[in-house]
Amino acid sequence: MKLTATFRIALRALKRNKMRSILTMLGIIIGVAAVIAMVGVGNGAKAEVEAQIATLGKNMILVFSGSMTSSGVRGGYGAAGTMKIEDAEAILRETPGVTLVSPEIRTSAQVAAGNQNWYTSVLGESEDYFEMREWEFTEGSSFTDQDVRSANKVGVIGKTTAQMIFGEEDPVGQIIRVRNVPFRITGLLKSKGFSLGGNDQDDVFVVPYTTAMKRLTGATVLRGINVQAANDDVMTRVQDQISSLLRQRHNIRPGHDDDFTVRGQQDIAEMATAQSKTMTILLGAIASVSLIVGGIGIMNIMLVSVTERTREIGIRMAIGAHGWDILLQFLIEAVTLSSLGGLIGIAIGFATAESISHFVGWPIMVPPVYVIGSFLFSAAVGVFFGLYPAKKAAALDPIDALRYE
Amino acid sequence: MQPVISLEKIWKIYTTGDVEVTAVRDVSMTVQPGEFIAIMGASGSGKSTMMNTLGCLDRPTKGRYLLDGVDVSVLPRDELADIRNQKIGFIFQGFNLLSRTSALENVELPMMYGGRKIAPKEMRERAMRALELVGLAKRFDHTPNRLSGGQQQRVAIARALVNEPAMLLADEPTGNLDSRTSIEIMDAFQALNEKGITIAMVTHEPDIARYTKRNVVMRDGVIVSDIIVQDRFNAKEEMRKLDEEHQAAKLVK
Repeated sequence: MKLTATFRIALRALKRNKMRSILTMLGIIIGVAAVIAMVGVGNGAKAEVEAQIATLGKNMILVFSGSMTSSGVRGGYGAAGTMKIEDAEAILRETPGVTLVSPEIRTSAQVAAGNQNWYTSVLGESEDYFEMREWEFTEGSSFTDQDVRSANKVGVIGKTTAQMIFGEEDPVGQIIRVRNVPFRITGLLKSKGFSLGGNDQDDVFVVPYTTAMKRLTGATVLRGINVQAANDDVMTRVQDQISSLLRQRHNIRPGHDDDFTVRGQQDIAEMATAQSKTMTILLGAIASVSLIVGGIGIMNIMLVSVTERTREIGIRMAIGAHGWDILLQFLIEAVTLSSLGGLIGIAIGFATAESISHFVGWPIMVPPVYVIGSFLFSAAVGVFFGLYPAKKAAALDPIDALRYE
Repeated sequence: MQPVISLEKIWKIYTTGDVEVTAVRDVSMTVQPGEFIAIMGASGSGKSTMMNTLGCLDRPTKGRYLLDGVDVSVLPRDELADIRNQKIGFIFQGFNLLSRTSALENVELPMMYGGRKIAPKEMRERAMRALELVGLAKRFDHTPNRLSGGQQQRVAIARALVNEPAMLLADEPTGNLDSRTSIEIMDAFQALNEKGITIAMVTHEPDIARYTKRNVVMRDGVIVSDIIVQDRFNAKEEMRKLDEEHQAAKLVK
């Protein structure tokens, strides 16, 4: 018997019991929809996180000073101030694969110009910081290495800070006071948007770290060091080398804890995606349970269908249908049910992901392989769970089947 | 001439638990091409078992069954299915048409299960020709529930004929029909038989058996009588008589 004819018979049988067919498909529909929605939102989230991580720059390694515990109160990273300018210089000098370093000082301060003032983060960095973070300028340029060496009172302003102080006016060349120390603005940074932590990265004023230490905080130690590796492949090696270099420089004996933390950009990305991974696993579990339950539902209905149509099977056998023809007929019916459910599930999955993306504010992304994969899987569910009822139908004795009332 | 059916010492023994029931015992019989035979008997006489055996739905326990020269008593399941498809046209008491499937598609069904691939167009043409033969061409798109019992049975006859089988096998074909429609069906059978088609029919009604050419009576699994019908009914003649009776009784104008 021709496959197309068999397919037509199957479709007709399903149409005859529309409600039943739809209810039977529901398990598969929910399962596949969950997979598609999960993948769509999950991948969108991943892409979003990756885009945010990318704002850090390329191949960045962050070295923080260790935390400090004093009278039982533990400060955050950088509080201990174990990192010195010499450490930064040593890293650049002694670690192959390191292209740029920028020692980092961080403080918060009231900044003012004219009759406006604003409370913002003040960063002390080297002149290479902007290149490392791939942070471009709208106006002007970075301070120079000369400015760093001489601890000149110059700085680069972030977009948000500039807007708060100067409005639409061009800030470059203007004087801004930080803790009453006047700074000349050499450049206006392009907007980078919010960081993973939800901080406005543009709400900032960046000065040479030397200036920050001498004129603003009086500190002699660093909060941390920004390091850029030459490429992705050397990241791990460079991180390890920095660790051992710093342990050696800080005289940390084996068995004792580091007084610093080295984090690669990928570590940060992994932490950020851990949450979406949990969600993916959860939804994946729901999807697989739903697909199995859906498959059992199909098997159940196919068994009912075989019983209901015993007489039809008998007629078909009496006029010459082979067991194989009957098997194929019911198998195709089951597969049609499940793959139709798969198709509807894909559609609903896309709709669900689309509406979720509307709420969370990032685009959905479903790789075609998941669409094809979930369709094929639902078809496979049909084969797997349809096989037993179909075999049962094919094994019927024509005489008994004809006699069946 | 080679017989269409040749039964040689056929036995059929059913085993239910420890009990053995012999439904057919040592039956031998031949049916020549062009015969029109009625197998008669009370229930339990073994005529249904005979029918299932003749129809290749069941294999005899012992003995040989040659259908159209082929020993079918030893064939496996699927080959029996092919024999049923190619050599036998089935007509059942309950018509056994597929419900919610048009008359035409019901008639096309045996061609779908044939080993040979037939183009849809040819299938349709052949099915239409078979329906014309039983006078139902105009109702080809009707589903069984829109056809009367007689019409349904004629669709079943068309279905049985469509693969041009060696013989028609009818199991109580008039069992579900009123007397008038029964005569119609017998008329169709007689017409087909005159064209040379061999027909074997199981019935328990002696009236119906008188439309055939030969009556075989079974009792307790053996053939107790096998006679040529002497005063055969002619379906057209009987129909005319019935009409007269009905007119006399003012049942019809």
